[in-house]
Amino acid sequence: MAEPKSAPSARSALRQIRLVTYVGLAAIAGLWGGWWIAAACGWLPQPTMMAAAPIGGPFTLVDHNGRTVTDQTFRGRWMLVFFGYTRCPDACPMALSEMSQALDALGPLAERVQPLFVSVDTERDTPETMRGFFDAFDPRILGLAGSAEQVAAAARAYRAFYRRVDQGSDYTMDHSTLLYVMGPDGRYVTAFNHQTGGDVVGQRLRALVAGAPAS
Amino acid sequence: MSRLRTIALSFALSLGLAAAAAAQTAPAVEQPWARATIGNSTVSAAYMILRNPAGQPDRLLEASTPAAGRVELHTMTMDNNVMRMRRVDAIDVAAGGATQLRPGGLHVMLMDLRQPLRAGEQLQLTLRFERAGTVQVAVPVAAANATAAPAHRH
Repeated sequence: MAEPKSAPSARSALRQIRLVTYVGLAAIAGLWGGWWIAAACGWLPQPTMMAAAPIGGPFTLVDHNGRTVTDQTFRGRWMLVFFGYTRCPDACPMALSEMSQALDALGPLAERVQPLFVSVDTERDTPETMRGFFDAFDPRILGLAGSAEQVAAAARAYRAFYRRVDQGSDYTMDHSTLLYVMGPDGRYVTAFNHQTGGDVVGQRLRALVAGAPAS
Repeated sequence: MSRLRTIALSFALSLGLAAAAAAQTAPAVEQPWARATIGNSTVSAAYMILRNPAGQPDRLLEASTPAAGRVELHTMTMDNNVMRMRRVDAIDVAAGGATQLRPGGLHVMLMDLRQPLRAGEQLQLTLRFERAGTVQVAVPVAAANATAAPAHRH
């Protein structure tokens, strides 16, 4: 009967194997659970689904006059949507001047277009700080601010990227520079990148707006 | 006598050449302009062409102006339609070359401006280069929606 003698070591080996199995199973369960949660929250890259998912959707923000607005506020008009921030010294002024150039090119048709500038700098941009900011470009441009959650929801709907980047005692914002064009029904029509000049944006908009029945 | 004259002449010539060489090594700043501030904003950017006639590469290390509490050298890149602005330690200017600071790229970032910058005004900017030392530049302020230096006025 040599077996009983070796039984304690065999048992401890068995216990070790069992422990390793449990830990392994727990790890697999954890990974699967984590992946499931990430997928449910939309944290995972989903290239095929992303391409199919529509751009745009509901948002609730406050305009620079202090009025609460949603995507529904502008139904019946075309929306031009840009994400930026007022302490942006370069890309945003360029985009805004292109926006104003496009509005000028539209002439009276511009009445059927609502240009929106959504601030991604929720710490510094408020309706008050944004008031007067657009006069240098075109007073028809409406600045929209909101809480971190409201802006995050709007950016998510438009799949616009932004991120705070600390630079010493200050910070800047990385942000998308696409100009989204939404139809009078609120649906995504097209987007222009930063390389598209304001005159070209104006021409393309003119064709779109003039071609659509007035609502 | 003629030898003395030759010496004097060559001495004068070499002096003149040295002066010309010294004048040539100072970097030239062309078409400087700054963007007018927008609304209540206290930030803006200045742009220019830095030309380095020297035979050695140079670097812009620092910029300052009494008009702003803080001035930084920045670069801006577009990456998949995302704008990223970053501080850089220096801006290189190649030997005999030029570096352009322009909208959508390198710029002098003006922060904590003491007063709004209005189109038509001027800004005194001091640039410090690694080799060439400091250079003073009068920077005209262009409209907030400008995309290039204001037309030169005579």
